Amino acid sequence: MPTDSLTISDRPVQQASARGDRTFRRLTVASALLIPLLMGGIFLALLHQSLPALKRFGFGFLTSQQWNPVTENFGALSSIYGTLVSTLIAMVLAVPLSLALALFLVELAPPRLSRVVGTIIELLAAIPSIIYGMWGMFIFAPFMANYIQPALGKTLGWLPLFQGPPMGIGMLTAGIILAFMVLPFICAITRDIFSLVPNVVKEAAFGMGATTWEVTYKVTIPYGLVGIIGAVFLGLGRALGETMAVTFVIGNSHRISTSLFGAGNTIASTLANEFSEATKAMYVSSLIELGLILFIISYAVQMFSQMLLKRMYRSWSVGL
Amino acid sequence: MKPRPAAGRRLANLVVSSLATGSALLGMLILAWIVWVVVSRGLGAFNLAFFTQLPTPPGMEGGGLANAIVGTLVMTLLATLVAVPLGLMAGVYLAEFAQGSRLADNTRFSANVLIGMPSIIIGIFAYALVVVPLGRFSGYAGIVALAIIMLPIAARTTEDMLRLVPNTLREAALALGAPRWRITLSIVFRAAKAGLITGILLAVARVSGETAPLLFTALNSPYMMTSLGQPTPNLTVTIFNYAMSPYPDWQQKAWGASLLITGGVLALTLFTRHTLRERKT
Repeated sequence: MPTDSLTISDRPVQQASARGDRTFRRLTVASALLIPLLMGGIFLALLHQSLPALKRFGFGFLTSQQWNPVTENFGALSSIYGTLVSTLIAMVLAVPLSLALALFLVELAPPRLSRVVGTIIELLAAIPSIIYGMWGMFIFAPFMANYIQPALGKTLGWLPLFQGPPMGIGMLTAGIILAFMVLPFICAITRDIFSLVPNVVKEAAFGMGATTWEVTYKVTIPYGLVGIIGAVFLGLGRALGETMAVTFVIGNSHRISTSLFGAGNTIASTLANEFSEATKAMYVSSLIELGLILFIISYAVQMFSQMLLKRMYRSWSVGL
Repeated sequence: MKPRPAAGRRLANLVVSSLATGSALLGMLILAWIVWVVVSRGLGAFNLAFFTQLPTPPGMEGGGLANAIVGTLVMTLLATLVAVPLGLMAGVYLAEFAQGSRLADNTRFSANVLIGMPSIIIGIFAYALVVVPLGRFSGYAGIVALAIIMLPIAARTTEDMLRLVPNTLREAALALGAPRWRITLSIVFRAAKAGLITGILLAVARVSGETAPLLFTALNSPYMMTSLGQPTPNLTVTIFNYAMSPYPDWQQKAWGASLLITGGVLALTLFTRHTLRERKT
């Protein structure tokens, strides 16, 4: 701000506003600082609360399948396994679905239809986790038990993955519901990426006589690949920590079952189920150590995804 | 290069196009299915008692969820009052003052990571921060958890919305000699008002359906809350407890509560989408 041309009578006003500006700026800096501090605070609090379990079980915590509140013997293996497997099922289903959906919204549907369908898909992301849980447990799990699981058992039953009684609840059902839940997140970003690919590039390919699929496969996807991977990891992060929907349908068993029809658990579902009932200090501490593991996995996935998306948006010099 | 036969290429294109259309139909079908189930099962639970009475003891029919409705409203409102001013200020820093500083990079990164962090982790943090020192589950802990979830969302949307305000407005105000804080509060905020309100409403919608961060902070309670220092009843944890119970009457109430939450969240989301779109075009 120019100050040299001020007359003497202006000075008090100028000083008062400078003081106001300094206070205001400090307030905004403090608020901005709060967010990274919270992030670090969460990590430290989890670490601090899980110290007793860390000391007692050491690295064995990661490899033990024990989960016995009576003898206070705890291991995270089944929860970690369940978290990874349910997420894997979700991604196997959600990634092709959301890519196809983004293709539909950007290339195939007329603009008005695309807007309506796009909004409906976005609403899938707005539905609270617990509602997916209610629907999953009362409606979708019986549907799985009556139709999908018997059919899978008949056709793919020679694989150990699809053996066992069709109970409805279990790893597979949890994975499928997770897929529906992360679909809108991956789709939203993929759709942006697809529509950001310069039209000239696409038109050049169309001009050569390429079909819509060939343009997508050979031009659009390679062009936005980094961002698409970023979007996939964003969805992966969501699936890893989804709590309520999974808790309702996964069966909550601490045993690892080879069949995807079997019951299992995830880190988040174990926490949701057992935390408020845990009374002994070692039990609580072990549960918080589970939380610490989930925090570290989520942090790594988020960091990777942010990095990719940032790199892509920067190289396209848009947004962020 | 030898050209591939046109028929095969057209077939591949057709297959992929139908798969794309199919996945769009599947997505819409799932949403319609969920909404239909929630509405058809939830409506049956609605009556005057549902909104005005307290829960009955286990196994007894009748009663309502008035306490949980009040608890959810109070906790969401207070969390909003805590998180929104802080989020607005952080957003102002990012959009108006930061100019590529390291603090801004850190804040933006942490906010993005926090937005994607599982909400149950935030619940454990609030447990360690509030429940452990106080020695009991309380509404305060629930409010802290919800506010932590809202804060980064509010900060990032504020930044995005303030960036949409053209610089000429700021320059015009600066030329008149207005201090930065006046410019931000009375010029930039006013220009971005609709966007800011939309962002806040979206954050409220996101938080009002949260269950995981309340499970071991606010817990739940069958009584009307008298103070936030005690376990505080709320709709989402009630849904969880009632759905897992063996009583049909409680399960029906869980569906009623689901309809209330889903209806509220979807209405808020649709409303904000609508206003955002009108502003854009």
